[in-house]
Amino acid sequence: MSATALPAPAAPARPRHLSYWLGAALLAAALLVALRLIGNEYGWYAGYFVLQYVVLAAAWNILGGYAGYVNFGAAGFMATGTYTAVVLYEALGLGVIPGILGAAVTAGLLGLGTGYLTLRLRGVYFSIATLCLAVVLQTLVVNWDYVGGSRGAYVIRPMTMPGFVSYGEYIFAVMLALAVIAVGIGRTVELSRLGRGLQAIRDNERAAEAVGVPTLRLKLIATTLSGALMGVAGAPLPFYAGYVNPDGAFNLAYAVNTIAMPLIGGAGTWLGPVIGAVLLATLQQAATVTISSALNLWIVGWMLVLFVALAPRGILGWFRKR
Amino acid sequence: MDPTLSLLLNGVVSGLLLGGLYAAAASGLAISFGMLDIVNIAHPALMVAAGMSVVLLGTALGLDPLLVAVLQAPAFFLLGTLLYRAYHHFFERRGDEALQGLAFFFGVMFIVEVGLVLLLGPEQRFLDPDYAFVTWRLGEVDVPLRMLAPALLALAAIAALWVFLRRSFTGLAIAAVAQDPEALRLMAVDPVRIKRIAFGLSIALASIAGGALVVVQPIEPASHQVFIGRVFAICIMGGMASLPGCVLAAFLFGVVENVTASFYGPSWSPAVAFGWLLLVLAFRPQGLFGRLA
Repeated sequence: MSATALPAPAAPARPRHLSYWLGAALLAAALLVALRLIGNEYGWYAGYFVLQYVVLAAAWNILGGYAGYVNFGAAGFMATGTYTAVVLYEALGLGVIPGILGAAVTAGLLGLGTGYLTLRLRGVYFSIATLCLAVVLQTLVVNWDYVGGSRGAYVIRPMTMPGFVSYGEYIFAVMLALAVIAVGIGRTVELSRLGRGLQAIRDNERAAEAVGVPTLRLKLIATTLSGALMGVAGAPLPFYAGYVNPDGAFNLAYAVNTIAMPLIGGAGTWLGPVIGAVLLATLQQAATVTISSALNLWIVGWMLVLFVALAPRGILGWFRKR
Repeated sequence: MDPTLSLLLNGVVSGLLLGGLYAAAASGLAISFGMLDIVNIAHPALMVAAGMSVVLLGTALGLDPLLVAVLQAPAFFLLGTLLYRAYHHFFERRGDEALQGLAFFFGVMFIVEVGLVLLLGPEQRFLDPDYAFVTWRLGEVDVPLRMLAPALLALAAIAALWVFLRRSFTGLAIAAVAQDPEALRLMAVDPVRIKRIAFGLSIALASIAGGALVVVQPIEPASHQVFIGRVFAICIMGGMASLPGCVLAAFLFGVVENVTASFYGPSWSPAVAFGWLLLVLAFRPQGLFGRLA
């Protein structure tokens, strides 16, 4: 990632959308070519692992970073996407792309519903509700036989995909596209009126309301968008793994990483979540080989606490003046 | 008696007993979240950690779990004051409570849970005192001592706390700090010190609740997750800062959850907690008995 990708200083003359999309597409293409040259199935696996966190972190940042409303339920939103894809596969035999679209709809509606019930109050109530949401959704899925209950569900993934070396590469490419889109949406939000409104809400919600920012509407848009993107991040999972169970889909790692990554990278900027996700996910991917996954998560927990205490503006905050 | 009615009656009674445990878990939160406005989502995790320590100490020393919970409460009080020191230093002082402070407690919750897994393994732990296998029968109604003893201890602890808040100078100062810290400063009382004591008390209550939890059911590091929805729902229903409201809400909640479990199966009880939480937030955010703030 080059220095030119750093976010523009405040109040840019024109948000250069075209250069972002071109740059991101070039970077993605370069990544695809590089991994194909390496030609190792593990490369796509590790890439998928990192990229799903880029999507999750970018999604969390839309509400958490810009508006300052903390969503603890990333695992719940993501699993909603995962299980939407499973249901669409079981019921209609649909593949990964329709699964992603369906996941965006259900997880977005879930975000809208949760937001509608709790966002009119103080922000902490929304956070508490999302914290419980994952537990409840997991109960529902465990009790739901159609998607396999606690036994889990199998998805038979195709062996090959035309135009791609393997199905693993195809799923990686899908996730790569999703990551580019998610970060792009985050960037567009940041530079648009919506983002400015959300930032006003974060800094002083009453003042924002008083000068005519439609706070509830903006918050609901952000919650829906953020929830939908989290669902999207989960939809390819059953096609990727071929098997999914509640313990995997609602894994605690998703919840903690999704919060830790934007905050460590620098919440409230579109680049921060990308930095945090690439850094933390790569570290974890490297560390799983050597240490246990529990210890791995424990380290992420400590990093989160240390960063919010000592570097509340994240890694990007080191390079930028307030 | 009609079997359905008998089931209902038993469900209500054991729900009330369960409510005693929930009251212990939620009353600590009524202090931190309700009075001090500190959203301690790590409270249930600390409760489970206290429960684990009760199991270890009680097994090692051969003591009753409820007694151990009371004996270790001062240590948890100290832990609470340290936690508040860190929270105040890094977040409250800077005005970063909303985003960073919340993430801090989330991190603490996570560190406690995963730390327990690393230390003791993910499996269930239990410590059953002798009376846990005794059940009193009052006509059609079963009163298991496994439920009654923790409920009584919990209510005694809450009553003691209530007297302390009402009668002592420090207790009154805790109630005052919630309303106007500046006024407290004018009376030469350090509001930060008062908050530290109050937060310590809330974690000491988590220790009592942890001991009560161990007697009621086996615990595992992940047990706290289902308690988050419960204790916050109860705390908000009870009107946030009110201990009597909290206890009443806990009883009500225990009965509803237990009757649901008796008729539809226990796997649905987390859904009950969440449903209540959403309903309360949507329709009565000021609590069942509260005035509009």
